[in-house]
Parts: sequence; structure tokens; C-alpha cells
Amino acid sequence: MIPELGHFSLIIALFMAMSLGVLPILGAARNSRVLMGVARPLAYGQFVFIALAFGVLAHAFLSNDFSVLYVAQHSNSQLPGQYRFAAIWGGHEGSLLLWALLLSVWAASVATFSRHLPEEMVARVLGVMGLIEAGFLLFMLLTSNPFTRLLPAAADGADLNPLLQDPGLVIHPPMLYMGYVGFSVAYAFAISALLGGKLDATWARWSRPWTTVAWVFMTIGIALGSGWAYYELGWGGWWFWDPVENASFMPWLLGTALIHSLAVTEKRGAFKSWTVLLAIGAFSLSLLGTFLVRSGVLTSVHSFASDPKRGIFILGFLVVVIGASLLLFAWRAPKVGLGGKFDMLSRESLLLSNNVLLSVASASVFIGTLYPLFMDALGYGKLSVGAPYFQAVFVPLMVPMVFMMGLGPLARWKKMAVPDLASRVKWGFASALVIALLLPFLMGKFLSQESSKWSPLVALGLLMSFWIIASLIISLKQRLSGEGDLAQRLRRQSLSYYGMQLAHLGVAVFIIGVTLVKGYETERDVRMNVGDTIVAGGYEFRFNGVTQVPGPNYVAGEGSVTVHRDGHLVADLHPEKRVYNVSGMPLTEASIQPGLFRDLYVSLGEPIPESEGAWAVRIYIKPFVDWIWAGCLMMALGGVLSISDRRYRIHQKATARASAEPVVSNLQGQAS
Amino acid sequence: MMRFILPLVLFLILAVFLFKGLGRDTREVPSPLIGKAAPAFSLPTLQEPAKQFSPKEMLGRVWLLNVWASWCEACKDEHPVLMQFSSEKVLPIVGVDYKDKREDGIDTLKKAGNPYDQVISDADGKVGFDYGVYGVPETYVIDKTGIIRFKQIGPVTPENLRDKLMPLIAELQAK
Amino acid sequence: MRYFLIGLFCLLPSLSFAAVAKDIADDPVLEARMIHLAEKVRCLVCQSEPVSTSHSEWSQDVRNIMREKMKEGATDQQILDMLVARFGKSVLYDPPVDNETAPLWGAPFVMLFLGGALLIYQLKKRRGKVVDATLTAQDEQRAAELLNEPSSKDHQA
Repeated sequence: MIPELGHFSLIIALFMAMSLGVLPILGAARNSRVLMGVARPLAYGQFVFIALAFGVLAHAFLSNDFSVLYVAQHSNSQLPGQYRFAAIWGGHEGSLLLWALLLSVWAASVATFSRHLPEEMVARVLGVMGLIEAGFLLFMLLTSNPFTRLLPAAADGADLNPLLQDPGLVIHPPMLYMGYVGFSVAYAFAISALLGGKLDATWARWSRPWTTVAWVFMTIGIALGSGWAYYELGWGGWWFWDPVENASFMPWLLGTALIHSLAVTEKRGAFKSWTVLLAIGAFSLSLLGTFLVRSGVLTSVHSFASDPKRGIFILGFLVVVIGASLLLFAWRAPKVGLGGKFDMLSRESLLLSNNVLLSVASASVFIGTLYPLFMDALGYGKLSVGAPYFQAVFVPLMVPMVFMMGLGPLARWKKMAVPDLASRVKWGFASALVIALLLPFLMGKFLSQESSKWSPLVALGLLMSFWIIASLIISLKQRLSGEGDLAQRLRRQSLSYYGMQLAHLGVAVFIIGVTLVKGYETERDVRMNVGDTIVAGGYEFRFNGVTQVPGPNYVAGEGSVTVHRDGHLVADLHPEKRVYNVSGMPLTEASIQPGLFRDLYVSLGEPIPESEGAWAVRIYIKPFVDWIWAGCLMMALGGVLSISDRRYRIHQKATARASAEPVVSNLQGQAS
Repeated sequence: MMRFILPLVLFLILAVFLFKGLGRDTREVPSPLIGKAAPAFSLPTLQEPAKQFSPKEMLGRVWLLNVWASWCEACKDEHPVLMQFSSEKVLPIVGVDYKDKREDGIDTLKKAGNPYDQVISDADGKVGFDYGVYGVPETYVIDKTGIIRFKQIGPVTPENLRDKLMPLIAELQAK
Repeated sequence: MRYFLIGLFCLLPSLSFAAVAKDIADDPVLEARMIHLAEKVRCLVCQSEPVSTSHSEWSQDVRNIMREKMKEGATDQQILDMLVARFGKSVLYDPPVDNETAPLWGAPFVMLFLGGALLIYQLKKRRGKVVDATLTAQDEQRAAELLNEPSSKDHQA
């Protein structure tokens, strides 16, 4: 009976979402307060009912109700509690429900934090979000109902894919989906601005914090997924350019462009139609990602079981949502004004060239991901596009971007004098260059490697990172110079300034991680008898054999590897080779000792046949690899800092003033 | 105002491609060997290791080369189809026991019946590799001049036997 | 010093029978070359994985054949060609530049060029358009705003 309650709640939520999608938008068009007034209650209502449905599914999982087909397919009575909960989104139907739930969370947040916005704006934004929600609920109810019963009930479930039985599953999908879905807010703001014909700087100011929050979630979500792959897949890679990874990377790149473009639009009221297009594009790519993952058009390790019916539905939905918004764009965007003045060379133009690079990067990932599909559809046969292509294309796009990332924060709004800027950065650039050329020589020694090879790619990576760091130092010096108390001057800088710099520093840290792990990682694939040792990168690894250890729903062969450096014990690692009871699927669980400057990473291969307890063991020393995720975290924190800035705090006066006089922002630009 | 319509146009083109992509099988890889001469080899037969088989022997006849193994689950589904088909005596079927222990292969055929006119043993999988085998079972149709005309990846089913293989075989035999 | 010696003695028995582990590969240099090449080859049995990391039997076979061919002195390109002849172009993760893949390889750079050109064009066009009298009117308005709203400094970036 309880699962039917969940089903029923989804139906009620669908009707609420449909009403939300129609009435307030109609109300805004007819200027009817009553119709616009239903927007908030309906947004809360759909949230309550979807949350109810989600709770019902959670209950079915936690109580092992195998009469629900979805539970029977994705859980098992032996599955530990936290994974039984996370298994809710371990498959297609439940992850859709999570998606719908998070969308309603965003809509409810918009309803709550929009008291200062004009009523018709709120009505339109919530209305657009309601339409999207209705589409997803309809999709779920027609093709992917998580509450479908299995009669007779299964005695036990088929178990969750062992690869997913990991803390990563608990946190990665919700974070990533928060990002994906969060771009719907920026999208809804853009659409309602187009609908209302009021595409001005205030629109940019309102949607900026929402976009940044979504971007923060997405950054964290992608980083978590990458970290999960790093320790779970057993060979220490952290990004594979798999179509599904690309599906999350494309909207992230475009979202990053959007954040920067919104800055120009807010400051200068310029390039509004471009910014609107980016807002539509970022969310469209989120939707497209859903399509790619769930329709089976591309091969991927992540893809859900495909069903052509679902593919058709999502494609239809894509065409309606994206097609309609692009049509609206083609109709309304030409009437958008030009905005304030700025020079060919100014912070604005640098931000916009960053936009060009990020959009091209996003489009390149898009083309690489879908090219096999295009070729096949055109009858040219099959081909594959993988990591080598993306790496070859990405580096040349990132180099100019990072160069401009260093210049951007130093350049003045509206107009910059090239000689002045050049003289300010020349020492910074020179020092970055010297460090980049010399550091690789020291690196080999520092990482105790046999050969301290110098490679141009490592030098290039370091140059990019230290260029960002140098520009940050120059910018800080410039801002903090002057008379008086340093602490006071530090306090006087806005949080959004610190946020921006922290995020950029995150990029530098990220590049250092990528560069050094690529350039200096040590990998050994060895056969180890009990008691054998091997020295790699200055560490001595000793293999103490494998013992059988029972886990909650698996049996693990747990290896013991002790690591010494200069006679001191530095790590006691326990890599596992698990066999899951229900599926019989083997899984390699690597053991990692993370460190600021290197990770020690050990994973078990196969036992060596006809030996006494010998195993194939993979040993990696990965210098600076954690900097990759530390960088991502810094980017996300930078985002959080910048939205904590007081100008985005919800106080009525500031925004009312801003909406009355978008010109004010021009002045601020000048003042800073 | 062309440039404002451009995104819409691009998206609609994309949608057409996505629609076309919906039905396609992403896992199946068309063989580049179709239309090319079947790679030559010489392998011992399964039952009598002293006897060798080479595709040259089949020149002048249309024949099937079916790659199977005792460890292959899908081959068990395919087996009855082949048994039925071989009883119709349409054309010779040559089985390749791929990466298998000789005794296991012989045992399987003893228990389930032998649909093959000849079975050869490709114990190390070298010949299978030359034929581009990556998912057993796989079946090749080879014409009278020794050219590969068709490759079936995965088990032969009564449906694809009726709709694809039989018409092709009839056409090739008529030549 | 004494503690150090005690520590050393504790280690001794374990060291006495410890041997140095051997690489799985007979020839680590060749192995590294093989893995590097295998990263460019798609495992056809798996959904989306290169042969270098795949655990599938087919990938193991391919790796073995690559090792063999390398020992026989084949170049990387010859090995890739051999694989393409048997399994088709879709085994390559790194599609070679030819007529079919020219758009793929060219697109990023063409887009970059077009994007850059478009941006410069737009910026130039704006420069021509935005400088006009209406701006001075706005300037006046802004000046008035500034005087009335000293708190607007709070909104600085």
C-alpha cells in the first residue's frame, strides 16, 4: 500500500507542476495578481509531494520491500544500510526521482529567497521551473515509474552493482544533480526575462548568485566523481573522457563561461543576448547529458539500461524545451539593447574572450563526444573518439585561457592601457617563466626519482600555474598598498574579490596537480611473494601477504603492504580484492595513503598461480595528485565566498535601487 | 537577424542526428574483413590433431565458419539453431573451437551433438584474432572464391538465419 | 643510537628472507611502450575503456599480441594498422586525421578562430554604436545618482 502512496504523490505533484507551469505565466502576461500569487504555494506543494514520494521509495529500500520492482533490481537484504539508502539513485528510475526532487528543492528555494523580486518575475521563473518539473514527472510516470510492483515479490533483491557500493554513491550523484538541476534557475531567469522583455542588468544581478551556487555544486559533484573513479577503479586515473563524464563537463564549462559573462552583463549591461544564450545553453547541455546517459545512443561505462521508448520521450522533451527557448531567443533577443560602453581592451573584453575559449572548449568536448554518432548516422561507419583526442585539443585551448585569466583581474573595467598593464605584469610573468623552467630540474630530486627529466609539457603546466599565482600576488599588492593598517585594508576588499582570486588560485593548484602527476608518477606492476620488497620513488614497499576477511556482504582478500622510507614506517596499506556474495562480482579496492606532496597507491592484481601466496601488485606513487581535487575545492569555495558578498545579500533596498537604475553599476565599475 | 536563429537551426539539426542515433547498436562493430579474402591458416582438427584444415579446401563452395567455445554461454543458445540448420544440409559448416581445451570442446560436442562438418581447434586464439573475433560466437559466410561476405556477431538465431543468412547463401550459391 | 640499533635488529629477521619483487613484465621498457600504445586502443568488449586498463580477456589477448609484435620489431603504427585491418577503425581511440575525421580535428580550431573573429567584430561594432549623445545624458543621471547615493560604494567589485 505504501508504494502506491508514493505513486499517487507523484501524480499529485505532476498536476501541481502543470498548474505551476501554466497559471503564473498566464498571470504575468495578463497582469493578474491572483494567478501570479499561486506560484509560491504550488512550488512548495510540488516539493512536498515529490519529497513524500522520495520518502516512500526510501522506506521501500530501507525496509527491503522487494515487491517493488525497482528495489528488487537494485538492492539486497545483505546490502549495508547506507548503500540501501543511496541505492535509491543507483538506477534509472530512482535517479530521475532524485533529479525531480532536487528540481523542486531549487524551485522552493527560489520561492523563498525571492521576496524582493517583482511579482511577475517570480511568477515567470517559477512557472518555467514548473514546466520543466512537469516534463520530468511525466517522463517518470509514463516510462520509468520507480513504484512499479513486482508480483509475486522477489524473495531477495538482485543487489546493487558492487562498483556503486561506495561512499561515493552516497554523495556524488546528489551533488552533481544539484549542479545540473541548479542551472535550471539561471535558465528560468533567462526565459522569464525574454518573456517579459526586460532583459537588463538587474536580471543579471538576480540570476548571478543562483548560477554561482549551481556551479559550486557542480564543481564539487564532478570533483567527487573524479576522486571516486581514482580510488575505485584501481589504476589511479582520475578523468577518462568517458561520454558521461563529458556530459557533466560540457555544462560545467558553459556554466563557467556564464558566470563570467553575467559579470559583464551586470556591470555593463552588455552582451545580454549572449549571456542569455549561455544560460539557455548550460541548462540545455544538462538536459542533453540526461539524454545521452539514458537513451543508449553512446557507449559508456555509466550508462543506464537503455530503452528506446525512454530515448524518444527525452528527445521529444529536449526538442520542446530547448527548441522553444531558442525560438523565444530568436524572437526576442534582437530587440535587446547594447548596454554601456567599454573599450576593445578592458576587463570586459578579457572576460568575453574567456567566454569564447570556454564555449569553444565546451563545443569541442561536445563534438568529440557525439562525433561517432554523427558519422554513424551519416553512414560513414563507426569510429571512436577517446582520451587522446580530448587531450590533444584541450591543451591548446587552455593555454590562452589561463594567460587571460592572469590578466583579467589586473585589467581595469571599461578601459585598460596595454603598456601600463604590461609593465605591471612583466616581473610576474618573468618570475613564473623562470620557476617553470627551473623547477622541473629540482622536482626529480624532490620526488626521489632516478631520472629528473625535463619535459616541455611539465614546464608549460608550471608556467600556467605560476602565472596565475604571480598575477594574484600583483593584484593583492596593488589593492593593499597604501597608508595605514594592513588588516583594515584586507577587510576592505570585497568578499567577491577574494572569492574570485581563490577560485583562480584553485585553477592554478589544479594545473599543478595535473601537470606533476602526469609528469612524475611512478608505476610498478610487480609480482610479490610474501616478504618481498620493492623500492620505488624512494619508498620501500613490503608485501606481507593476503588474508581472507569477511565484509558485510562480500568476502575480501585483504593484502598487507607496509611502506618504509629511510627506515621509518610511513604507511600500512590494506588493498582488497573483494568478491560480492550476491552477484559474485570481483572488485578491486585500492588502498591509498594520501599526502600533500604524493599519494602512495597500492592495488591488488591477481594471485599468481602455483605459488605460495604470491600476488600481482600494482604500486603507484602519484605526486601532487590531491592538488587536483584541492584545486576544485578551492574553486568551489571561491564561488561560495563570492556569493556571500553583501551585495548579493537579500536586502530589499539594494536590489530595488539596482532595478530602478541599472546605470549605477556603470559607476561602480568606474569607481573600482 | 539570421544570427539569432542560428542556435535554433543548429539544435534542430542535432536533434535529427540524435533521433537517428536512438536505434543504433553501439556495441556492434562492423567487420572490415567483409569483401576481403578470408585470412589463410592451417589448424589441426579438434578430434584428430594430426589432421590439418585450411580454408583453401573449401574453395568452390559457399560455407559457414562458426567460432564457438565450450566456455561460451551464448554458444549454448546458438547450438540447437545450428543443429537444426546443419540437418538441412544447405552448406558445409566449419566450427572453430576458440581458446578452448581440446577435451572440453570434444566433450561439449559429444553431449550436445555436433552440427559441424569439420571442427578445428584454435587453442591459442591466433586464427580467431586474424578473423577479428572479439565476442564469441561469431559466424562468417564465405563464398566460392574464398571471400568473406557476411559476419554475424553474437548467436545465430532462427530469425536472422531466415532473414539474412539464407537469402545471402542462396544468392552466393547461385553464382 | 642504542634505540636505533635495537630497531635495526628488529628489522633484521624480516629483511633476511625478503627478496626484491620482480616486475610482472619481462621487459619493463617494452611494457611501458605497450601500455602507452594500448591507451589508444578501445576495448571492443567493454563499454568504454581502453585496452590498457581493461580486464577483459580480449584486451589481454590484444596486449599479448602487441607485446609479441613489438618483440618482433613492429612499429607502433604497424601494430595499429594490423588492429584496424581486423577490427575496423573504431578500435582506435585516437582517430587518425583523414577525410572522415577532418571536421573532428579541425572543428575546435575553426571554432576558436570564428569565435575570436566574431568577438573582435562585435566589439568594434559596439565601439562605433555605443559612443553617442545618449551616453552623456546617462552620465548626468549617473552623476546625480552618485551624489544621492554615497552608499553605492558598497557595491564595488
